Amino acid sequence: MAIDTLKCVGCSDCVVACQTENNVPIGYCRDWIVEVTDGTYPNLTLENRSERCCHCSNAPCVRCCPTGASHKTEEGVVLVTHSDCIGCAACITSCPYDARYTHPEGYVDKCTFCYHRLADGLLPACVSVCPTKCMYFGDIDNPESTISEVLKNRKWKLLIPEAGTDPKLYFLI
Amino acid sequence: MREEIIVSGRMNKGVDPILHAWGWEIALYLFLGGLAAGLIIYTAFYAITKKENKYFTATKVTPIFASLFLILGLSALFIDLHHKLYFWQLYTNINLRSPMSWGAWTLLIVTPLIMIYSVLNFKELFPRINVQKFNFLKLIISPIDSETINWQWRYSLIRKFESFLQKNIRLLLWVLLILGIILGMYTGILLSAFNARPLWNTSVLGVLFLTSGLSTAAAFIMLLSKNKEEIKWFSKIDLIMIAIELFLIIHMFMGFLASTTVQIEAANLFLGGQYTVVFWVFVVFIGLILPAILEIMELKGMHINHKISAILVLFGGLLLRFIIIYAGQNSRYLY
Repeated sequence: MAIDTLKCVGCSDCVVACQTENNVPIGYCRDWIVEVTDGTYPNLTLENRSERCCHCSNAPCVRCCPTGASHKTEEGVVLVTHSDCIGCAACITSCPYDARYTHPEGYVDKCTFCYHRLADGLLPACVSVCPTKCMYFGDIDNPESTISEVLKNRKWKLLIPEAGTDPKLYFLI
Repeated sequence: MREEIIVSGRMNKGVDPILHAWGWEIALYLFLGGLAAGLIIYTAFYAITKKENKYFTATKVTPIFASLFLILGLSALFIDLHHKLYFWQLYTNINLRSPMSWGAWTLLIVTPLIMIYSVLNFKELFPRINVQKFNFLKLIISPIDSETINWQWRYSLIRKFESFLQKNIRLLLWVLLILGIILGMYTGILLSAFNARPLWNTSVLGVLFLTSGLSTAAAFIMLLSKNKEEIKWFSKIDLIMIAIELFLIIHMFMGFLASTTVQIEAANLFLGGQYTVVFWVFVVFIGLILPAILEIMELKGMHINHKISAILVLFGGLLLRFIIIYAGQNSRYLY
């Protein structure tokens, strides 16, 4: 997934769409908006980022999970099997992005890239509702996909790549 | 100036505003697990080297306490789980890259083994027990007369199992020694595997927890033992362990300060930050340096109750686990 920080206005539509689509319990969220202000007045720059689980290639949550509940699908999506999760919170502490939380029912929950929608050929809820169309979603291994095109033509950055997790959430700058 | 704020609002319980995924349960378990591991290591080591008579408490009495501590610690771990009824999923696979996974398997093996080993010593420890008080024991033990029992098992299967273990006692002790070392180290390795928490992400932690476990275990033996020779020997061991621990703590902070920004920030929690006083005064001074001074003075012949330094060491060990657990969750990469 790629997010265009120049187009994002920080409206939080993606957050609400996710909560509605995935029935996220009240008081929790799987994605959130970060507003970064740089510099001193009047020389200010602003960056809006819609953040969520980065579905890292070298996911520490998958490594630290003692039961194998946290796993990676063939497509590269990191998911939690609720019936395998014991709620030990090892994955929560292992995530440098703090993208996970314990669901009130006991298991650990996080962004799934709306895995249930992908099977039907739909986009994740957050991407589909974005009013400025600042999000791109697709297969980065396929050189012909829109997201590969975008990443080829635009400058982008990763969030804390130094944490060594090889994140797959790109921010266009 | 740079300001990063979450504007959509994020208040995930246990994650925001600062991570609080693990609380007192984990800290208590780390302490009890380390203490039990230390006790198991001493027991196995001195039983293998055939010094049972010299160090009676360390070889015969402490296995009972090690079992109790493990049971207590495991209960604390169970309380901490949020999806409790699924805990058995731990034993459906082994994930060698997850220290928690092989730690769970180690616990599954070492807990029954040390319990069995402590029962093997019952004949020597409690040669005669008034059967009236412990009537339930009659279910598995045949009493010699109506009043007393001498751990004569009622069922031949248990008797056979006991003599089988007695024959292979050295093998059992070696297994205990190795599992004890793994148990003492894995808690530290578990924390150091979380690179998301810079304070934990140091390989010193495994050795530090093992040393702290050995030190607290030596202190615990000093508390229990009535044999002057044994107390003196274990206070010497404790001194060495404290010295190693102090070196490791300095080593750990040197490593942090020479590392990346996030790790320098993690070290600064202890060097001027909110954990400075509680760590340097209570853990390092009262929990390590003060008992070391008292032990040295006592070895020089001054009359100081050895129990004071032993209690201080145990207190320091417990507090160390609490501080590492809480401060670790305070150190992070983002926001």
